[in-house]
Amino acid sequence: MYLKTLTTAGALAVLSATTALSCEISARVSIVGNEFPAIQTVGAGAQECTGAEVSTNLTADHQQINVAGMSGNPAEYTSAIIANSSIVALMNADVIRPLDDLVEAHGEGLNRNQLITINGQVMAVAFMANAQHLVYRSDVLDQLGLDVPTTYEEMLAAAEAIREAGLMENPVGGAYAAGWNLAQEFNNMFIGYGGQFFEPGTAEPTVNSEAGVQALEMMRALSEYMNPDFLTHDSNATNAEFRAGNVALMNMWGSRAATLVTADGVPQEVVDGFAIAGPMTVGGGDIPATTLWWDGWTVASNISDEEAEATFIAMMNGIRPEMMQDEDIRTQAVWLIPGYEPTPAAVGVFAAAEMGSVPYPMLPYMGLMHTALGAELTDFMQGNESAEQALADVEAAYRAAAREQGYLQ
Amino acid sequence: MKHRTFFWFFLPTGLAMLLFIAAPIVSVVIQSVTAQHEPVLITVETCTPFSCTEETTIDQEATRELREARPLGRFVGLDIYLDRGHLAVAEVAEAWRTSDSIGAFFSELGDLPFYRAIGFTLTYTFTVTPLLIILGMAIALAVNTLTQKLKGVVIFFSLLPMIVTPLVGSLIMFWMIDNRGVLGNFLSWLVNDPDLSVKASTPLMWIALIVYGVWHSAPFAFVVFYAGLQTLPEDQIEASQIDGATRWQQVRYIVVPHLMPLVTFVALIQLMDNFRVFEPIVGFNASAHATSLSWIIFNDMGGETRQLSAAAATSVLTILGVAILLSPVLVRTWRDFKGKM
Repeated sequence: MYLKTLTTAGALAVLSATTALSCEISARVSIVGNEFPAIQTVGAGAQECTGAEVSTNLTADHQQINVAGMSGNPAEYTSAIIANSSIVALMNADVIRPLDDLVEAHGEGLNRNQLITINGQVMAVAFMANAQHLVYRSDVLDQLGLDVPTTYEEMLAAAEAIREAGLMENPVGGAYAAGWNLAQEFNNMFIGYGGQFFEPGTAEPTVNSEAGVQALEMMRALSEYMNPDFLTHDSNATNAEFRAGNVALMNMWGSRAATLVTADGVPQEVVDGFAIAGPMTVGGGDIPATTLWWDGWTVASNISDEEAEATFIAMMNGIRPEMMQDEDIRTQAVWLIPGYEPTPAAVGVFAAAEMGSVPYPMLPYMGLMHTALGAELTDFMQGNESAEQALADVEAAYRAAAREQGYLQ
Repeated sequence: MKHRTFFWFFLPTGLAMLLFIAAPIVSVVIQSVTAQHEPVLITVETCTPFSCTEETTIDQEATRELREARPLGRFVGLDIYLDRGHLAVAEVAEAWRTSDSIGAFFSELGDLPFYRAIGFTLTYTFTVTPLLIILGMAIALAVNTLTQKLKGVVIFFSLLPMIVTPLVGSLIMFWMIDNRGVLGNFLSWLVNDPDLSVKASTPLMWIALIVYGVWHSAPFAFVVFYAGLQTLPEDQIEASQIDGATRWQQVRYIVVPHLMPLVTFVALIQLMDNFRVFEPIVGFNASAHATSLSWIIFNDMGGETRQLSAAAATSVLTILGVAILLSPVLVRTWRDFKGKM
């Protein structure tokens, strides 16, 4: 509901503030960020500014280079486009600056919700929301008279029915690739079972718990209905399986749902049967087994004030409300920009927000936990060890890393 | 050579080695015995598009003071070398105490990232290196018997695997062994098991990585051996032919001994290379089944964690590993050298 009030407020705001000003800057702007259609749109918008050079480096490997590229003085990148997980690395390294004065001077028309405020200081400006949710083949479910699953237990039952009927051998899709993706699927499930990653207020891990074991058991049960290569399947490979018509049910990113079946060569029945629903709950819990995400941009601290100002102005041009009048741009994401009206592709993310999903934790040591999960859960998923052992390994690996970084003694 | 002349002759090389080999090693060693300061944590209100909550974050000002007081970080000695991510001394001792058989002990070891990586790295190194030497030698001998016209074309095509970028080469193989790919499909037809998946099976994945390693590096051995074959002592070959030696005997008693120094050279280079196996693991997306020391370094440095000290410690361990691996060859070279003096 938070998102909805936000967009209606935005729709009003856009009526009052749509005087298209040309964007004029006086110092260099250099942007690093992830690569998907919505971010490319923002980058292109920033590059429309004239007066000085605006360069972009949008790549899936942005996290490997953004901290290093902003640590020098002067920093190579004046802005990094990040999400709620990756802003933590930038804040830990102290390479981004508070934006309060720039918001004051040039942030006209921004919604309050777009300002990522930490300890009273604006550290980033968010422009889109994202979440993982169910996408499915309505034709396949209709054929068997199945309801759209709202829980993972129903998903398992539906998968069994589809396999039983001989429609698909492996009807469930999942981005379970060893590493970041596998860890993220665990996070979703763990949150769904009501798990806590850390003892409140400390960096002490608490994933080796009942919720952790239940989450892993559910993931393994799901993997029985997945392509046997699931440990190598990231989001791209999982989408390819869906497009090829091999998968009927999967948990997928909202930012990818809009363009899922627009690729060339997707069979007509997949295009027609493609449907989006909200995230699922698990184990009788109320909180959906998913996390909420925002994407936004930051401004480097190791640059001159002129460059920071130019960067802010250019980035504001990349997220200006007029862009929301373009149908193609609107379908690219669930925009937080004033004037955005949701497209049908956005229902999954909106449902996630309405169902009370929790945001991905912005803790300084969450990245270490995520990495430990990604590396240590593979043995369990292959059936080589017990859930308790796998979670004990996760905690041990996390502790070693957290001790090195000084979060644990 | 006079000492003075030698000094000036060696100076540029020496400086370059100091700058590009010694200095980085020193810096890596320093990094591996220091860790970043313990961050000062505070709980503050954090507002996102979804809600405002109390979240823990780093108190940058307090942490900056610590950092400025001691820019290198805190000295931790060998702690990082001994922690679970590396030599895992405590965990290994514990496994030794609690496991009732050698098998159980090794399975416990396989649960620790460093030993898991070493297990695969050594298996890979000691199967790929001999296989690629044998294959390279076989190709060189075969090509050497071709007519002049054919040689050029065949040499060009034999070198292709080495020209293909490792990451691209392994990605191509990755899709070929997919259970809907050319090789994966063929294999599952061969064993009559439609569910066979190379990517889901640890032993098959190891074999795929090893096959890739041999395919990729054999051309290097081939080129070196082929060059060596151009210097074969014709008179010895002729003499052996007059004595009635078969082709196999010629190879066994003249060609191979003649190429032996080159075999040592190829073995040395390839031992070092294969010990650093990395690209195929990334290309094959195989980290669930096989990891290597280089992969651990990559994993530590990338993403949101940036465990620089852990990566540095693994780097130092890699250097030590290469040194141990090469020591028999180096000792032999040193003995030969002493013998000549």
